[in-house]
Amino acid sequence: MADGERGGTRAPSPPAIELRGISKSFGPVQANKGISLTVAKGTIHGIIGENGAGKSTLMSILYGFYKADAGEIRIGGRKTDIHDSQAAIRAGIGMVFQHFKLVENFSVLENVVLGAEEGALLRPSLAKARKLLTELAREYELNVDPDAKIEDLGVGMQQRVEILKALYRQAEILILDEPTGVLTPAEADHLFRILCGLRDEGKTIILITHKLREIMDVTDTVSVMRRGQMTATVKTAHTSPPELAELMVGRKVLLRVEKAPAKLGPTVLKVDNLRVTDGKGVERLKGVSLEVRAGEILGVAGVAGNGQSELLEVLGGIRPGSGSVTLNGQPLALSGPRSDGRARRMAGITHVPEDRHRLGLILDFTAWENTAFGYHFVPEYCHGGMMDNQALREDTEGKMRRFDVRPTDCWLHAKSFSGGNQQKIVLAREIERDPDLLLVGQPTRGVDIGAIEFIHQRLVQLRDAGKAILLVSVELDEIFSLSDRIAVMFDGRIMGERLPHETSETELGMLMAGIDGKAA
Amino acid sequence: MDALPKWADIVLIPLVNLALALAVSALVIAYIGENPVEALTLMISGSVGSAYGWGYTLYYATNFVFTGLAVAVAFHARLFNIGGEGQALLGGLGVTLACLYIPWPHWTLALVGASVGGALFGAAWAAIPAWLQARRGSHIVITTIMFNFIASALMVYLLVNVLKVPGSMAPETARFPEATHLPSAFDWGAWMGFTKSAPLNVAFFLALACAFGVWVLIWRTKLGYEIRAFGQSEPAAVYAGISPTRIIMVAMLISGGLAGLMAVNAVQGEAERLVIDSVQGAGFVGIAVALMGRSHPVGVVLAALLFGILYQGGAELEFSMPAISREMVVVIQALVILFTGALDNMVRTPLERLFLRRRRRAA
Repeated sequence: MADGERGGTRAPSPPAIELRGISKSFGPVQANKGISLTVAKGTIHGIIGENGAGKSTLMSILYGFYKADAGEIRIGGRKTDIHDSQAAIRAGIGMVFQHFKLVENFSVLENVVLGAEEGALLRPSLAKARKLLTELAREYELNVDPDAKIEDLGVGMQQRVEILKALYRQAEILILDEPTGVLTPAEADHLFRILCGLRDEGKTIILITHKLREIMDVTDTVSVMRRGQMTATVKTAHTSPPELAELMVGRKVLLRVEKAPAKLGPTVLKVDNLRVTDGKGVERLKGVSLEVRAGEILGVAGVAGNGQSELLEVLGGIRPGSGSVTLNGQPLALSGPRSDGRARRMAGITHVPEDRHRLGLILDFTAWENTAFGYHFVPEYCHGGMMDNQALREDTEGKMRRFDVRPTDCWLHAKSFSGGNQQKIVLAREIERDPDLLLVGQPTRGVDIGAIEFIHQRLVQLRDAGKAILLVSVELDEIFSLSDRIAVMFDGRIMGERLPHETSETELGMLMAGIDGKAA
Repeated sequence: MDALPKWADIVLIPLVNLALALAVSALVIAYIGENPVEALTLMISGSVGSAYGWGYTLYYATNFVFTGLAVAVAFHARLFNIGGEGQALLGGLGVTLACLYIPWPHWTLALVGASVGGALFGAAWAAIPAWLQARRGSHIVITTIMFNFIASALMVYLLVNVLKVPGSMAPETARFPEATHLPSAFDWGAWMGFTKSAPLNVAFFLALACAFGVWVLIWRTKLGYEIRAFGQSEPAAVYAGISPTRIIMVAMLISGGLAGLMAVNAVQGEAERLVIDSVQGAGFVGIAVALMGRSHPVGVVLAALLFGILYQGGAELEFSMPAISREMVVVIQALVILFTGALDNMVRTPLERLFLRRRRRAA
């Protein structure tokens, strides 16, 4: 704080964070190799790199989740031993995780105070937190209703609670891991305004992201990681997206998907008046109708939570629905035993789910066991009730090579792969089944640029092979660059369909908010 | 990313746990004024020091292999089957009905018939809690433990009112016919020194076969794959088209069936009639055995052997050291269960730290 108040005198204040020669190995895999990084106080410092480049490991070391094998950490110029997250908090480091760590049925206030209560009684801490929250809300546009329950808040709001938690613990350094993955463009802009406000107050912010645009928009300095090493640290003003992409991947990267015009075939999927009611009795799909033709990618855009997940799940056989769905003219069961994931796969629908950790993979299974996941009954892998593990392993190795999964070791557990490589394992499994219809949800969520390019190319290849693809994504860029047709969902309905070259982000943004410009 | 090498996880941790349990037991024994070293020597020599001891030790171990496997199979589907005790009791009923009311020409056929009977009855007793879990969401830990009490009461009722030999005072069935008697260790192992009194019988080999069968089931079959996948994540299993209801039912049926098979050893092989409390806590020991054996059949067999040693050694100890009462022996057994089953993490965390430090120094 003292340094921040002296702000005007340009005395060389010590850097907020200084890492020297940090190394960390997991078994034979060296995740961080002698990393040195200096983050100046009062700046927003971006860290980009492909999945598996070691960003998360480095941040976990900084936050005390892992202990570095070698190297030292200096916070505010002083050598600091961060052996657990409590020590990190004491050193003034706050972390906002990609997956929030909030108690769903506690209020905002209770979550902010949780773990930082002072004394045996809760009331004084809550009162103090309430006062602080009002101040922060005024200062940084961080308004959140202190008494709202977390489960009633949207993701953008939940993220603000995470930031408030860190600030309540007097964090001077804030680390955000892929903060915009779950936000709408407007929410992301708001977040960046908050971050800039915090920086202007002298806080230091580390932003981990794979989105070059965010790096360009808000950071002051950017560091690039590749294969466990820090390859470059540059002033954001002196660099450009193509240069950063090249530094990350180590080669030139196509930031746009190259694709030929679609060669449309017959209708593969026809959905008519599809309705889904969830376990709580809330109607999630309110009569959705759409068609996907062979050789076409239909992109479904929308803010998360407007029924896209339910659409994928009912088509993938995960939850029941009502209405009519046909695949190549054959009706599909929407409830009962013939509507499960196995029946869908046999009918020719494969599914890359939105959340690979929750649905797409068993994290404690090996890569080869995961390759059989959902297909453990097919004759290639299973004869008369016995698994042919040898055949499965050989097949997995082939898939891993063809989809460039690293490391190419089918005995590794799914949890030991980085996000992009996990996603490639799922994609390899679902694409190589040669489906008539591929359902894909958020194919590049938490995936780095190099892998995004690869995944997009594979999806386009599948489309060019005459398959139908239903793509759900909250990333408008992705929807624009992949889709042959775009449907926008809002509140369980299709708000409208547009062709990518005849529409704009603004128009889609309106539709995503439930406003149909044309109809009005 | 595993903090511990595999051998440490499988071998070192159980051994450290065991050593701790014995150390605390030694303190307790020293406290009541006996020599712990002497007591330990007695326990070991009484259980594995002679063919006589082995005859009992392996008999107990056979019971624990069955109940341990039962818990292990359910555990792979992340179902905590506490009901081994009740399922084994009902298994005893199945074995008894098969032995008493079907005229078997030879013990081999009787073994098959009794196994089917025991497994069916055990499975049926597990089926009700399983169905309640799958369809009604009633927690399986609660229902299976309640079913132990129901089973116990039911068996008392049946033995006193239905199955008791008319005119007899003892609440037990008639002795099974000669043709159903399983060859004991004396019959096939007299050359190893087993005596007529040894309760060990051919059910021991059935238990080993079941352990192998469970290994094949869990790691080599489609069903085992589905059970493990469901155990790891129910939503993911649904995504993969695996029906949770089916897996809960099937896993619990197999689990109950294995528990029921214990009666082949205890009821058909040893008692040769059905008595009150034919299980004698083996169902509960099975939980400790499965935990200590990491739900792996090899681990289960080894842990069952250890508990067999504890049971037989404890009985010998009680016999030769008058100061050590029956209750004292139970305390020692309970300490082993406590340390190997419940307090696993107490040893694990410091060991993980130790290994991490060592590895860092090596690197």
